[in-house]
Formats: sequence, structure tokens, C-alpha cells
Amino acid sequence: MPDASELELIARELRAAEGGGEAASGSPVLDTVFFRGRATLIVEPDHIGTVLRRLRARGYAFLASVHGVDYYPHEPRFGVLYELLDMERVERITVKLRLAGAGPQVDSVTDEWPTANHQEREIFDMFGVRFGGHPDLRRILMPEDYEGHPLRRDFPLGGEPVLFTYNEDETLGSPA
Amino acid sequence: MEVGGERARGREPASSPPAATSPREPHTLRGGRLRISEHGASQLLRGSELRGRTPAVQYDEDDLERHVRERVLTTTLDRAVAWARSNSFFPATFGLACCAIEMITTVASRMDIARFGFEAFRASPRQADLIILSGRVSIKMAPIIRRLYDQMLEPKWAISMGACCSSMGVFNNYALVPADKFMPIDVHVPGCPPRPEALMHGVLKLRKMVQDDPEAGWRERYGAVGTEELLPPPHAAPAGSVPPRGN
Repeated sequence: MPDASELELIARELRAAEGGGEAASGSPVLDTVFFRGRATLIVEPDHIGTVLRRLRARGYAFLASVHGVDYYPHEPRFGVLYELLDMERVERITVKLRLAGAGPQVDSVTDEWPTANHQEREIFDMFGVRFGGHPDLRRILMPEDYEGHPLRRDFPLGGEPVLFTYNEDETLGSPA
Repeated sequence: MEVGGERARGREPASSPPAATSPREPHTLRGGRLRISEHGASQLLRGSELRGRTPAVQYDEDDLERHVRERVLTTTLDRAVAWARSNSFFPATFGLACCAIEMITTVASRMDIARFGFEAFRASPRQADLIILSGRVSIKMAPIIRRLYDQMLEPKWAISMGACCSSMGVFNNYALVPADKFMPIDVHVPGCPPRPEALMHGVLKLRKMVQDDPEAGWRERYGAVGTEELLPPPHAAPAGSVPPRGN
């Protein structure tokens, strides 16, 4: 892990590279979080491609995984997390962005990190986050005709009434 | 040789009462003697004389009745067929999740379901007449399982193994569907996962069901009467008409 000060250095470098001052509007890095030894950069969704590219140039070349999070009822509602790994120094950094609840959309990074292909599809499937420029944005786990995105927190928990002998008739409806 | 030849060699246990004229044999017949006894019985059933010989034992009315009842088994063809079927299920090689491991164990040497004649797992549903749903059924898998079940030849049976595909168990959420919703199930085996003994118990339950009622009653339970897959009788089409074929 980069320690807290190195995380700040990375953030400053990224801000400087985009030409913005510290915490200026339009800055790619909105915030840094260092919690329990894990370094997290919170970035502007529009800059995710450039941020990941610069981090790759710094050595974080391996995109270990992409996650989705639903922070409902907070706004911005959705989060997308990119876990990066520097395979030489064995250091990890998390890049996180937040998306609004209405029509969440972010650029795909599949072009440069092909491993993101299936993981972005899964986030789309489970949370409904659309990834612009994704080559094949289809459902990956749920059936193609499934309605809704089941890992959203306002999605009904679902489940079926369990059929036992005593409630068979009322569950299935009386036989015609 | 005639019935009762063994006794002449003095192997009758001393404790049994001497029944000199009884044609009954002790039940410890070994193969050779059984055949001899059958020969004697056939002699008897054909009439008394065979090749000019008179049988050594003359039966009176009651002995004859008892003799026939002990040696002749009567049944209906349906029951005989059900008995044969129930002792040689051909399960489909089909594992869904962790329960499949227990299903595999059931077939392996320690549990050895071959004792009951169910060991021949078939790789094609066309050759199987029993499907064991061993694991959770996701709603994406359900149409595939239904298709496998439809491809199996009649008569066919299904066992729902484990909590997940019976009642969805701990996964009662958006992803799963209980097996009863899309196909008829004859036996539910509870457990998470059921031990191999439990699955074996379920299979033996199914065997009993098949012996008592080959249909196992699922068509009535699921409102599927009339959906039997039967070939039309050869005289169904009018004479001279060509059966329609797909283009």
C-alpha cells in the first residue's frame, strides 16, 4: 500500500497534470481517503480514463477488479471502484467514483484494460450503471429478459413462497 | 429325480417332525434341489404321469393347493413392469451445485447405490429416466433443466435434492427458482446438502412409489393429465394419407 503521504503525493500529481489547482473545480481528484491501510482516490467520473492511465504510468498497471456499490438513499447514489495493483512493488490503490442515481453513466475502460469487459457488464447487470463505449454491454449473469437490477438496494428482496403440502393450493391457486 | 430325494439321504434335521408323506421341502433349498423341485412341480402340474412314470408323491387336495401357492407367483403385467423399472433407474448425469458431490458419493464405493440398481448414470437425457436436481436452480438455468426434463423419455421421474431446489433454502432471493415451479418433482430430499444416505432414502422412496403407482401421481398433482408423450397408434392416420412432414 502507498502510505497516507504517498497517497497525497499521487493526488497532487494527478491534479497538477490536469492543470487544475488543489481542489479546484474540474480537478480530477475530488478527495483522498486513507483508511486502515487502504489508499483510495475519489475522482471525477469524467476523468476516470486519464486517471487510470496516469496511475498505470506510475506502476499501477494491473486492474485487479472493478466493483459497483449502491449507496442508496445517499446521493450521488452509485459508486464504481477500480482496484489497481502495482505488481512490482505489490502495492494497491483504489480509485473510486460516484454517479448520480438518475441515469448513471461513466466511460468504459475496456479499451485499455480488457479485464474490465466482463466486470463492467456485471456492474451494468446488477446496478444498471451504463458504461459508455463498452463494446458489448449486455447482461452477463441474469437472463437477457430480466427486468430490473437486482443488487440495487431498492430492488425487492424477492424470493418465492415456498411450496409445502399445507399451502400448495393457496400458493399455486386453486386448480381449475 | 423326484421331490423329496434329499430327505432320503438323511439330511433332514433331527428336530423337525417326521412328515413322511409331505411333499414340502425345507426352505433352505439350494440351486440344484430347487431345480429338482421345480421339475417335480411341473410334473405335478402337467398331470400325474410323465413318460409313463407315476410321480413318487401323490397329493391330496389341500397339499396340491399349498404346493401351487408356494411355487407359482401371480402378478399383473403392470406390477411386474413397475417392479423391473423401479429396480433399474437410469439417472441423468446432471449436477448443479454442492449437492452433486453428495450425489457422486452416493454412487461411489462407500455408499454404493449399485446395490439398488441406480448406478448407471446416463450422459444423455434421452437415455435417462430419472433426473436428480442436485443443487440450486437459477432462473437462467431453469429453462435448460426443463428442456432436459422434456427430452427424457417416458416414464420419467425427478428428485429434488437439497433445500435449494425444493424451497430455495438460504438463497431465497431474486436469482433462484424452486424446481416445483417449472417441472414436476416426485420426491423432495431435504438437507443442506443431504447426506448420501438421505439421497438413497429418497431414491428408495421413489422406488416404492414406482412400484405402487408407476405414474407416481404427478400428472394429477401438477394438472398435466393428457401430456403423455406417446407415439400415435399406426392406425390413427387415415389409410392412404401421407403424414405431414416439416419442410
